[in-house]
Amino acid sequence: MTTRRWERRHLAEALVKGMMYFSIGLVAGSLALILWTVVIRGIPAMSWEMVSMPPEGGYFMGKGGGVLNAIIGSLYLASGGTLLALIFGLPIALYLETYLGESPWGRYVRLSLDVLWGIPSIVYGVFGFTLMLAIGLRASLLAGIIVLALLELPIMVRAMDEVIRRMPVDLEQAALALGSTKLEVALRIVTRQMLPGIITAVLLGFGRGIGDAASVLFTAGYTDRITTSLLRPTASLPLAVFFQLASPFPEVQKRGYASALILTVIVLVISLGSRWISGRLSRYTIK
Amino acid sequence: MKDQRGTGPRPLVTGEGRHNNGPSAVARLRADRNARRTLSIVTLLPVFLIAAITLALIIRSWPVVSGKPLAQTVFGAVWKPEQGLFGFWPFIAGTAWVTVVGMGLAVAPCVFTSLYLSEYANVATRVLAKPVLDLLAAIPPVVYGVWGLLAVVPFVEDVLAPLAKRWLVGIPIFAVNQPTGFGILAGGIVLAVMVAPFIIAVLYEILDTVPEELRHASLAVGATRWQTIRGVVIPKVLPGMVAGIVLGASRALGETIAVLMVVGNVVHVPTSVFDAAYPLPALIANNYGDMMSIPLYDAALLSGALVLLVVILIFNILSTLVLQRLLGRGWT
Repeated sequence: MTTRRWERRHLAEALVKGMMYFSIGLVAGSLALILWTVVIRGIPAMSWEMVSMPPEGGYFMGKGGGVLNAIIGSLYLASGGTLLALIFGLPIALYLETYLGESPWGRYVRLSLDVLWGIPSIVYGVFGFTLMLAIGLRASLLAGIIVLALLELPIMVRAMDEVIRRMPVDLEQAALALGSTKLEVALRIVTRQMLPGIITAVLLGFGRGIGDAASVLFTAGYTDRITTSLLRPTASLPLAVFFQLASPFPEVQKRGYASALILTVIVLVISLGSRWISGRLSRYTIK
Repeated sequence: MKDQRGTGPRPLVTGEGRHNNGPSAVARLRADRNARRTLSIVTLLPVFLIAAITLALIIRSWPVVSGKPLAQTVFGAVWKPEQGLFGFWPFIAGTAWVTVVGMGLAVAPCVFTSLYLSEYANVATRVLAKPVLDLLAAIPPVVYGVWGLLAVVPFVEDVLAPLAKRWLVGIPIFAVNQPTGFGILAGGIVLAVMVAPFIIAVLYEILDTVPEELRHASLAVGATRWQTIRGVVIPKVLPGMVAGIVLGASRALGETIAVLMVVGNVVHVPTSVFDAAYPLPALIANNYGDMMSIPLYDAALLSGALVLLVVILIFNILSTLVLQRLLGRGWT
């Protein structure tokens, strides 16, 4: 048996390995720190009132109330946006796979979706606002929903596209060989097979939509009431956090931390839930 | 067998008088054709949307863009909307500073983490990595902003600034010119942590495309893991890694709320990482929607958005093309 000669390259190996552990520690540590900070600062300010009541008069000066208006507003905004994005996104994803495949036009559409995904939400917000001015719509739930739908569309389509592509080719070919049209393949086979993927995509889009502040800043407005109409402005959680933290009153800032905690919990539950649901459902797909 | 002519679907007739009750072949084919037409129009939507966003911004910012020479708008340092002076340089410089600092902090740890995940980690770690990265990428920007306010700004103010005052005296880019922790460094740290899950996920996926045989061959002739990474893995995917990092940078460029909350928002051209800055997205978020009474103000803000969009589109298209070629499909 020969002993390994200790060379410089082994030193380099050890050094690099050390740096990798350090990097992982750094990345994991700062991300854990974020959750820790939000939980630790959010919990003391948390109360039943926060999640069960809209703001009362003088809320932003430290008087009573909660952020129910923002919670409900955010759920409305994200649900509406996700639904709208799904209505347009699902056909695009199906068309991409069943009709376009790897054709040049298909690649072009995918490129444009990727590019859309990269456009910052503030630009969507500004674009939405100019659109609203053009058609005479004021800051409202409807405008917020439309902008969030635009924001979520590329995310959802690409997520669905990824799942469809992992589908076994034999399935589609078997259906075509039995005389199905492509439409029937898309509706009866691809859609069923990708159900877990659709749910993942929907929840991914929802999570992104509910957390985004910059796009709803100009388009959905803000109000202390719980919205009852599509054409009225609505509050949203990210903006509630943002506005409360901008307040000079410490009590209000603390509620901002609690609101951030609420938002984080919603987003994490959605993220974990989508993993669980798609895991359950993927039992019923053909691998 | 003589009735099996033609291609495409036929009605499911299995014998005399035993018709399937479903739609006829003609109806099914017609449905297919109609669906193809409708769907091909819906598929135009993403392409149309990019064009619409760009066009809308160009048209609406035209009064400012066309009014003066472009260089004067982009490099002008005077921002006095009331007097019609719209010099974007402070904001462009602020955006660049924050992004460069953020990416400077993020790149090395992200590269090392992704290398560890793809080259060293065992299967259990790898299986865990993806959901954890997804989870972290799902945290909303405003929550990063809260963390920035509560942890990063005090850290810069109480720890990093005194350290710089003590040990980095005389180096202009580390000069401490203001007493608070709100500034480029705080913004950069928040950005770095925000884009890390994204960049790691992209890099990891790219590294995953390197065939396992290549690594085996290198290890079999006695190379260490690091020699394999340097000599075999990285040369194979270097363009992709650069593209992934550029994609991360374009995310960082457009990040609004989290940066806005910690960066100080002072209109000036920063000279040190401890200075406050006022990035373009923050400018738009803080001012757009109100102050419409000042003439041209809204066009000026939109031209800011246009500058941002153009830079991000260029970054995005180039890096996505590289990644599509490398991965055989688009990323993100």
